[in-house]
Amino acid sequence: MFDAIVNGLSGLGAGVAHLHWSNLVMLAVAGLLLYLAIQKDVEPLLLVPIGFGAILVNIPLADLMAEEGFLRTIYNMGVANEIFPLLIFVGIGAMTDFGPLLENPKIFLLGAAGQFGIFLTLGLALMFGFSKLDAVAIGVIGACDGPTAIYVSSKFAPHLLGAVSVAAYSYMSLVPVIQPPIMRLLTTEKERTMSMDSDTKPASKAAKIAFPIVITIVGGLIAPKGLPLLGTVMLGNLMRECGVVNRLTKASENEIANVVTLLLGISIGATMDGRLFLKGQTMLVLSFGFLAIILDTVCGVLFGKLMNLFTGGKINPLIGAAGISAYPMAARVAQREGLKYNQFNFLLMHAIGANTGGQVGSVMAAAIMLSVLQGMGIVP
Amino acid sequence: MSNLEFGFTMIVVGMGGTLAVLAMFAVVMNLLKKIFPLTAEKAD
Repeated sequence: MFDAIVNGLSGLGAGVAHLHWSNLVMLAVAGLLLYLAIQKDVEPLLLVPIGFGAILVNIPLADLMAEEGFLRTIYNMGVANEIFPLLIFVGIGAMTDFGPLLENPKIFLLGAAGQFGIFLTLGLALMFGFSKLDAVAIGVIGACDGPTAIYVSSKFAPHLLGAVSVAAYSYMSLVPVIQPPIMRLLTTEKERTMSMDSDTKPASKAAKIAFPIVITIVGGLIAPKGLPLLGTVMLGNLMRECGVVNRLTKASENEIANVVTLLLGISIGATMDGRLFLKGQTMLVLSFGFLAIILDTVCGVLFGKLMNLFTGGKINPLIGAAGISAYPMAARVAQREGLKYNQFNFLLMHAIGANTGGQVGSVMAAAIMLSVLQGMGIVP
Repeated sequence: MSNLEFGFTMIVVGMGGTLAVLAMFAVVMNLLKKIFPLTAEKAD
């Protein structure tokens, strides 16, 4: 009887005996993520569930990521099969107004230049010895687009999912800190003070409705492997613009997006088991992610300067930095920088156009990457 | 395929492809604005 009680008691607190130093480090990292989310308002919708998921998975013997653990079930339900990021994309499409982009379509090109960091970082990751598919997952952090990064990394490098996701969301929230010094470094004061015309032609409702349909067909035909990404964004946008399915639009941008964000966040946190996460490779992934966003900004601003040259001074290069997918943060940064040098310089609508172009650009860059991988026979 | 070959292909085709596709989208958007002009909608 006494022995049974002692044996029973030994089961309590067994987690302490199995605690590995890496679990303790990850509990501290989880604490940092929660601090950033709660105290500093850094992407709280994602970092709270990610941080808490990281706490859960670093408590030994709970087996939450074992075959029948509840975190594994959630992970298999929506991350392993890429459903969660796609559902988020429907919500993003439903929330995005492509009107400013339709008003001035040439701004779309800035959305392409803002993705160049993806491919340059991919090349650098390969030089540092990462495998081809790992390099693809690392490069895609430069999309500045959480769901795209999650979609690509869960497909090709699931072991990097935690690091890639944390990097994507953390750096995205640091855009207001990362971008301004680069923008100032690459532009002259004359360029920063430059005003942009506001006599652009607004698009009709019919054009706004046709836009997601035509873009899905054209984009899908060019890069079929990326159609899930492009198609879900455009479905959300079609629902928004057609105005006849308001219930679905609202559900996509609120209820569905909220539930999926919670499940996605906790699943990502669940991949951050200290024994698997704490590797030199993780630090490299985080560093490359940072570099990718710097390169995106550099390429965006330089392309803005090029467009300024070819349009005879009609494009303020500052809006080039908004060609990334961090919406609407990057557009606000461009507006704020413009106002610093010319208090009558209202770049916001143009920057929003570049920013929404960046959203489509990041999806298309990933789609092209997936289709090229298939074309080269690297993925089936 | 070597990493060098792969990296070079991804950079060239990736960057060029993204730029070309988005340029095509810009043309498509201009066409859509011509096919569905704002004035016609107002007239309806």
